[in-house]
Amino acid sequence: MVDFGFNIKKARSFNLTTSDLTKASELLERVPSYRLCISCGGCTATCSARQFTNFDIRKVHNSFRRGLYSGLDKELHKCMLCGKCTLVCPRGVNLRSLIINMRQILDSRTETL
Amino acid sequence: MANFHPFVLPFVFGTVALFVICGYKYVRWIKQFDEEQKRVIRKNIFSTKILPAIWEMFCECLLHLRISKKNRRLGYMHRSIAFGWFLLIVFGAVESRLGIKGPFHFWCAIFYRFFHHNPPANSTEFFFTQLMDLLLLYVLSGLFLALLKKIHSRILGMRRTTRHTKMDIACKVSLWAIFPLRLLSESVTARLYGNGGFLTQTIGDLFGRNAATFLEMPLWSLYSLALCIFFLMFPFTRYMHIFAEVFLIYFRKIGVREGEKLSGYTKYELSACSRCGMCIDGCPLYNELDINDVQSVYLLRNMRNLEHKMDLEKAAANCLMCHRCAEDCPVDLDLMNIRRISRDKGDLDFSDGYRYLDKVSGFNAVGRVVYFGGCMSQLTPSITAAMKEVFNAAGQKYWHIDENRSICCGRPLLQQGFNNQAASLRAENTRLIAESHAVALVTSCPICYHSFKDEYDLPIPVYHHTEYIDMLMKSGRLSTDKCNESFTYHDPCELGRGSGIYKQPRDILGAIGELRQIAKEGDESLCCGMNLGNTVLSKDEQTRLRDAALSVLTEPAPDVVVTACPMCKKAFNHGTKVNVKDIAEIVAENLNHTK
Repeated sequence: MVDFGFNIKKARSFNLTTSDLTKASELLERVPSYRLCISCGGCTATCSARQFTNFDIRKVHNSFRRGLYSGLDKELHKCMLCGKCTLVCPRGVNLRSLIINMRQILDSRTETL
Repeated sequence: MANFHPFVLPFVFGTVALFVICGYKYVRWIKQFDEEQKRVIRKNIFSTKILPAIWEMFCECLLHLRISKKNRRLGYMHRSIAFGWFLLIVFGAVESRLGIKGPFHFWCAIFYRFFHHNPPANSTEFFFTQLMDLLLLYVLSGLFLALLKKIHSRILGMRRTTRHTKMDIACKVSLWAIFPLRLLSESVTARLYGNGGFLTQTIGDLFGRNAATFLEMPLWSLYSLALCIFFLMFPFTRYMHIFAEVFLIYFRKIGVREGEKLSGYTKYELSACSRCGMCIDGCPLYNELDINDVQSVYLLRNMRNLEHKMDLEKAAANCLMCHRCAEDCPVDLDLMNIRRISRDKGDLDFSDGYRYLDKVSGFNAVGRVVYFGGCMSQLTPSITAAMKEVFNAAGQKYWHIDENRSICCGRPLLQQGFNNQAASLRAENTRLIAESHAVALVTSCPICYHSFKDEYDLPIPVYHHTEYIDMLMKSGRLSTDKCNESFTYHDPCELGRGSGIYKQPRDILGAIGELRQIAKEGDESLCCGMNLGNTVLSKDEQTRLRDAALSVLTEPAPDVVVTACPMCKKAFNHGTKVNVKDIAEIVAENLNHTK
C-alpha cells in the first residue's frame, strides 16, 4: 500500500444505550464548557505530550463522553497540563479543568468499586 | 492568703489553659515538620540568625512596620494594641515587683492597682503610675480606631474587611472589653484610694464614693472574666497569630521553608494569619468578578478548620496565583505555596505517565546558550523568531531546546498540586540541560523562568529574556536604534511579583522608545486573566479580567502595549485595537546591525 504519511483508523462500534454515562454526565456538570466541544481535534494537534507519544486528548475525552472509560486513567497521566489545548480551543472549552476532573472522576470510580 | 482575691481565679485559669493548649499545639506541630525542615532546624537552631529573627519579631509582631509602610493609620491601630499591651504587661510587671509588699503572684502584675492601694509615695512610683495610664490610653486609642474600622473601614484605608466567623467575633468582643474594663476598674479603685494616674484618677473622680464602692468588685471581676474568655478562645481563633507569628519568624529566619506537602510548618503559617483581610482589596477575582470567598484569608481559615472541607476545595481551586495577595500580606506568608499545598492531589499524583520522555535524546551544546521558549511560545512563533534574531545579532550560539517538541517545565502541574508529576518533568529537563553542557539558560516564558529559577537546581545561570537582553545591551553586545514609538509595559505576574523582575524591561523599553507610566504597575500590576494557576474561571470571566488589565494599559494611548510573557500576549491580542507585542519583538525590530 502507498504510504501517505497518515492512516485511516479502523471503524469502532459501541452501544451508547448500554454505556454507563454517569461519570460522563458528572464531567459535563463539573466542566460545563465541555458541552461546547465540536471534536475538531485542535487540542490533539497542538498537544505537547502528543509530540512525544501517540497520546490523543480528543480521543480520550470523546471516549469518556461515550462512557468508554477503560484505560483512560493511565492515558490521562501522559498529559503535562501545559495548557496549550485550552489556548487553541476554538470553542473555549476549559481543557485543563476537563483533564483534572477526568482524572479525579476516574479515581473516585476505582475507590467506590 | 496575702495578695489574693477570688476574682483573680478566672484570669489564672484562663492563663494556665492558654499556655497549656498553645504549648501542646506548638510541640505537636514541630513534630510534624518534614525531614528537610527538621534538618534545617537542627543545623541552625542556635545560629547567629537568631538576632535578626528577634529584631524582626520586635518590628513585625509588636511595631507592625510592614502594615505601617502600606497604610499608616492601620499600622498605628495594630501597633497601639499590640505594642501598647506588651508594654503594659512589661512595665506592669516591673512596677508591681517594686511596689507589692508581701508574697508576689503573677496576677499581682495584672491587677496591681487592686492589690496596692497606697498613692504614689516617691517619684519612681509616680512615674510608673502616669506611664501605665499613658500606655492604657495608647491601647484605647487603637481600640477606638478598630471600632471606627468596624463601622466604616475606608477611614482606615481598607475597602473591604474580612467576614469573620462567630467564634472570631466572640473572641474579638472579649478582647475589646478587656481595656475599657481595666480602665473602669482602675478608675473606681483610684476614686476610693487615690492611687490613680492622670487618666484613671480623673475618670475615677467622676464617680460618687458609694457608686465606686458598689462597682469596684463587679468591675474587677468582669475584667478578670474578659481576660479569661479571651485566653480560652485564643488558641481556636485568629488571635492565635499573636504567638504563632513569633515562632514563624524564628523558623523562617533560620532557613525553614515551605515543603511539598502540608507539614507542621504550614500549620504555623496557617495560625500566623491574623485574618486582617489586607489580601482582599488587591484580589482581581474580587475586584473584577465579585468572587468573595476564595481569597487567601478564607483559604487559610478553611485549611485550619477542616470542617469546611468542601469550601476548602472550592476556595483552593479558584485562584489565579497572580501573587498579588502574597505581596500585600503583612505577615509575609508564603501564600502561593500554601495555595499549592491546599491543592495537593495526593493519590492522583503518580508520575508513571511520563516514561515516554526517557527516550528524548539530548544535544551537545558546549558553549551555547539553551533557549527554552516554553510551551506557550510554540503558539507565539513571533516571540521565538525575535529571540533568534537577538541571539544572532549578539553573535551568541544557541540551542533551541523545544523548537519542535517541548517538555513542559512542570510548573503548571505543580500549581495544581501534582508534585511528583512535576518532579519527573523537572528531572527530564535537568537531564537534557546538564547533558548539553550549555553555559546558560534563557527562557521566554515567565512561568518557566520562575520554575527554573526556584524549583530546579541547575548548574548554569537562568535568565528570562528581558534579563538576558538587558545584559546584552548594557555590555554592548547588542545595540538598538531609538524609535519614536510609545509603549506601556505590562508586568506579567510570574515575572514581576513572582520573580521580582521590574527594572530590566523598563530599561530596555526606555532605551528604545518612550515608556509611558500606567496607573497600576510594578507589584500592583493586574493579571491578564489567563494565568495557568486557575482552572476554574470561564472564558467570559477571563475576558473580564483581561479587559480590566487592558483598560489600564491602553489608558495613556501607547502605540504598542508591551509584555514579556507569551500567555499575556495571547490574552491581550484579541482584546484591543492597539498593537500588542513581546519585548523581544520590540528589540528585534529595532536592532542596529551596523555596529
